[in-house]
Amino acid sequence: MTRKITYAQAINEAMVQAMEMDKSVICYGLGVDDPKGVFGTTLGLKEKFGSERVFDMPTSENAMTGVAIGASMNGIRPVMTHQRLDFFLLAMDQLVNNAAKWHYMFGGQTSVPITIRLLLGRGWGQGPTHSQNLQAWFAHIPGLKVVMPTTAADAKGLLLSSIFDNNPVIFIEHRWLHNLEGEVPEGDYRVPIGKAQKLRTGDDITIVSLSYMTIEALHAIEILGRNGISCDLIDLRSVNPIDWEMIYGSVRKTKKLLALDTAAESFSVASEVVARVSMECFNDLKCAPKRIALPDCPTPTSPALTKVFDKGAVDIVNMAGKMTGKNIDTGEISKHKTYPHDVPGDWFKGPF
Amino acid sequence: MKEFISKNKTVAIELLYKMKNIRLVEETIARRYSEWKMRCPTHLCTGQESVAVAVGTALRKDDFVISTHRAHGHYLGKGGSLKRMIAEIYGKSTGCSKGKGGSMHLIDKSVNFMGSTAIVGGTIPVGVGLGLSITLKKTDQISCVFFGDGSIEEGVFYESVNFAVLKKLPVLFICENNFYSVYSPLKVRQPEGRKIYEMVAAMGCPSQCGNGNDVLEVYQKVNSVLEGIRQGNGPFFFEFDTYRWREHCGHNFDNDLGYRTQEEYLSWKEKDPVCAWETILLEAGVISTKDIEEMENKINKEIANAFDFAEKSPFPDTKEVCTEIYSE
Repeated sequence: MTRKITYAQAINEAMVQAMEMDKSVICYGLGVDDPKGVFGTTLGLKEKFGSERVFDMPTSENAMTGVAIGASMNGIRPVMTHQRLDFFLLAMDQLVNNAAKWHYMFGGQTSVPITIRLLLGRGWGQGPTHSQNLQAWFAHIPGLKVVMPTTAADAKGLLLSSIFDNNPVIFIEHRWLHNLEGEVPEGDYRVPIGKAQKLRTGDDITIVSLSYMTIEALHAIEILGRNGISCDLIDLRSVNPIDWEMIYGSVRKTKKLLALDTAAESFSVASEVVARVSMECFNDLKCAPKRIALPDCPTPTSPALTKVFDKGAVDIVNMAGKMTGKNIDTGEISKHKTYPHDVPGDWFKGPF
Repeated sequence: MKEFISKNKTVAIELLYKMKNIRLVEETIARRYSEWKMRCPTHLCTGQESVAVAVGTALRKDDFVISTHRAHGHYLGKGGSLKRMIAEIYGKSTGCSKGKGGSMHLIDKSVNFMGSTAIVGGTIPVGVGLGLSITLKKTDQISCVFFGDGSIEEGVFYESVNFAVLKKLPVLFICENNFYSVYSPLKVRQPEGRKIYEMVAAMGCPSQCGNGNDVLEVYQKVNSVLEGIRQGNGPFFFEFDTYRWREHCGHNFDNDLGYRTQEEYLSWKEKDPVCAWETILLEAGVISTKDIEEMENKINKEIANAFDFAEKSPFPDTKEVCTEIYSE
């Protein structure tokens, strides 16, 4: 049975179910029990499971990550949340030097089953220290798993998989997805880590996307479709490990690749997708692979600057059109999009 | 002291045995290091044996211990396997970390030695996390964290102590103050006159200092707080002064570098913790020179066996370079 709930509700539901299923699951982070409950995702948890398992924490991201590591070594499954990915950077030492390599460094004898929820996003002047998309950093570290669910169902399914995975998992939520509704299965629903999902099927070009950019891609694909271009849209869901087979299979069919990312372009996940496809599918490609990501600069704050900084459906339509030899009028996108560019609009709600 | 020794003869001898064991292990590593078979950095703890031994003996087997890059003593003091430690330093598949960790990354879960790692301060929150898990699981274990005076200069130390105090976690913090962080003396790192244990007390964590070269003092001081920690009194912090004899990293002496004086080194050598305890036990008549000789022979035989085991053990298969990245 499925029913329509939001991405934030799906995360909350996954937390409740995980904590009901296994009493070793604990949840902490700045503000997890405050009135807003981390954008609604942790509301009610303390009331249901008590302050021993659900608690606010000192502003000590690094130590509290180490605390999660130590607790996990004795059978606890901590889920840590951070209101902004940027705040978690203080904890890179514990994440990289301990969590990621503890299993390897001790010859596989111990593992670190922790889940770190990081919220990122863009818009409304979040600026240089409140909107960094550093998924490629995390994906670069051997020993970490990194997931970026796009849909509400995947948010639930991947969070449950992350919590019950025996490894450290970085679970990245885009704030512009939190209010997105989708059909979400009830019960213990798991989405395997490392498996991508094909959201649209087409023959002319493969679009590999992740997180919020997938929403922009879905909108772009509608326009492209009306202009006679059909697309394979692969939503990565996991950026470490990446589902290469699905990507290669699609590119071998369409012969064209456009990789999207929510992050700065250089050294991004999109860059890795382009690199691997170039190496593995070189003879199949009919044109040079392309990527759409953010410029290599910190996120500006002014709406005048974010307008050119952020990327979306228009850019995707233009690029895919160019790659398939068509000039497409993107005017209808702006007709649909009545909201300013720096707030998430309701111009696309699904279904997926 | 005399009363303790006469009442606790077995413990008194055990303390000596363990200290001698660590001393002879470290000195054997130093002697054989230039054979080039041990191909990883080693941070020897010669001169610092007493804290490791006293704490390791006072703790129960099911208590957790976690440590730093200079962990040989802490590992052996807790009862970790010597054979597997030497094999680890040799990079062999029989090593305690299957050759993937080396001297700085030791583990022996059979005695709850939960790991050591080389980023200064890095294991302090992990030890506190083990403390949190003990509280959640409602057992009466203790989580003991070993670290040096350099670690308390890392921010993570304050974050960790704060949380341990806040949640009254069963954590035993053991700071071995050997006055140097690599070659940087305390005076360039911390204001003159500061006592680390006093600063920690101001954070709400009860604390004491002590002579880290006096194995009985350390043993009794630590022992006197364990019950309270087990009963939920919260963390306790000890600062024990001690001194490493050999170079920061490696098997040589490094007094020629000029970062510390020969006089300082010699004055600490006179405070040799192993020798001091041996003399006390001899004078107390609980042990004879013949017993000591037998003890040393036994230890040396075990060390020789451990090195032999390490040398004869196979290296890991090269296929293992990329295994065990993830747990299944």
